[in-house]
Amino acid sequence: MITKRIIPCLDVKDGRVVKGVNFLGLNDVSSPVKLGKYYSDSGADELVFYDITASSDGRKLFTDILTKVAETIFIPLTVGGGIRTTEDFDRVLKCGADKVSVNSGAIENPELIKRAAEKYGNQCVVISADVKRIEGEYRIFSKGGRHDTGMEAISWIKHCVELGAGEVVVNSIDTDGVKKGFDLPLLKEVCSAVSVPVIASGGAGCKEDFVALFKEIPDIDAGLAASIFHFNEVSIPDLKQLLAKNNINVRL
Amino acid sequence: MTAIIDYGVGNLFSLQSSLAAIGETAIITGDPEKILKANRVILPGVGAFGDAAKKLSDSGLDSVIKKCVENKTPLLGICLGMQLLFDESYEYGRHRGLGLIPGKVVAMEGSIPKNLKIPHIGWNYLKIKNETPLLSEIKNGDFVYFVHSYYVVCDETNIAATTDYGLEITATVFKDNVFGCQFHPEKSGDVGLKILRKFCSLER
Repeated sequence: MITKRIIPCLDVKDGRVVKGVNFLGLNDVSSPVKLGKYYSDSGADELVFYDITASSDGRKLFTDILTKVAETIFIPLTVGGGIRTTEDFDRVLKCGADKVSVNSGAIENPELIKRAAEKYGNQCVVISADVKRIEGEYRIFSKGGRHDTGMEAISWIKHCVELGAGEVVVNSIDTDGVKKGFDLPLLKEVCSAVSVPVIASGGAGCKEDFVALFKEIPDIDAGLAASIFHFNEVSIPDLKQLLAKNNINVRL
Repeated sequence: MTAIIDYGVGNLFSLQSSLAAIGETAIITGDPEKILKANRVILPGVGAFGDAAKKLSDSGLDSVIKKCVENKTPLLGICLGMQLLFDESYEYGRHRGLGLIPGKVVAMEGSIPKNLKIPHIGWNYLKIKNETPLLSEIKNGDFVYFVHSYYVVCDETNIAATTDYGLEITATVFKDNVFGCQFHPEKSGDVGLKILRKFCSLER
């Protein structure tokens, strides 16, 4: 049976990983290429790259770096940040991405999901949703979590899947950075609303948070995190051992 | 030298990078002469069976591939490329494949339990069924990366490995010098590189 996935996320700005990382045995800790290889070697099941500034100036630099990463790692690679057109899909896929994640681009133009799914297949299109509780409902935020779109989150995510998104990344703004665990109530709702893979993001502070995630929500497919991996607060091999001990199916 | 057949289907970047990583010279080409001259041939593929089969026949590459197999050139089909090795597929209608291995391609929907998600995406483990040079360094339980919604039904004697997803899904096939992997070896970490390295050691 298919395993639960552990996914480190690299936020890249001007060709460097932001949130200065602190690793044993790595000289250039903010090189996406070295960090990507390190994660791939330590058993990450997939890598996510976000071009967090996604400015047109930075684009070329980003695709150069992306190509170098894709040449070095032989696990699936998802790329996001500033994706607004099918040409943007084409550009990052040609650099070696396997899946492309859309967020603000899909909010501005939901048809993008449909067109990209028709052209590259559903498996290639990932909807990334930034969600925050506002007045008792789950709301979709855009522009890196800064702008309240006013849209209800669960129905938006369902709509994206109907349009052809093959996977959903749910980033909880409420739990992000708090390190007290994933947003289980939100994730449960998303999992019961859609039948495509769901990836949990935001809030992991320790290994046990991943155990709780997979135990509490058997339908969740993957857990994603950034700084706890970068700062080596959680090592992927240790995390996977703990998950296996708790009878959670992982790739060891 | 290995030729990766370019017939306008899918992204060949990772495949070429993974061959480079194991020290294999690879060219991406749709030129029949170059394909026929290659020591080994890889048939990749992502997308729908009908489109891909049509592209192969429109370009005449279907007969080039058959010629390579007659010449005893090792051939590896990956993902949709593996499905194309068989007689026919029922993906959106009925389409003819290359017929290099007897069997057919059918939908997972309706065959696997309803609670399992389709496509079958992610890391799943291999169960070795028959010995073949391609998997000689692979153990039961080794993990590989799958992305697909259709699967191959064929004679057990042509199945080298399966994986479990509600039922036993054909994962690796072989017949003489023809091989196929339903999973993506170029996305399957060290296990995938071992399989590609083995394929690149095969000769006519």
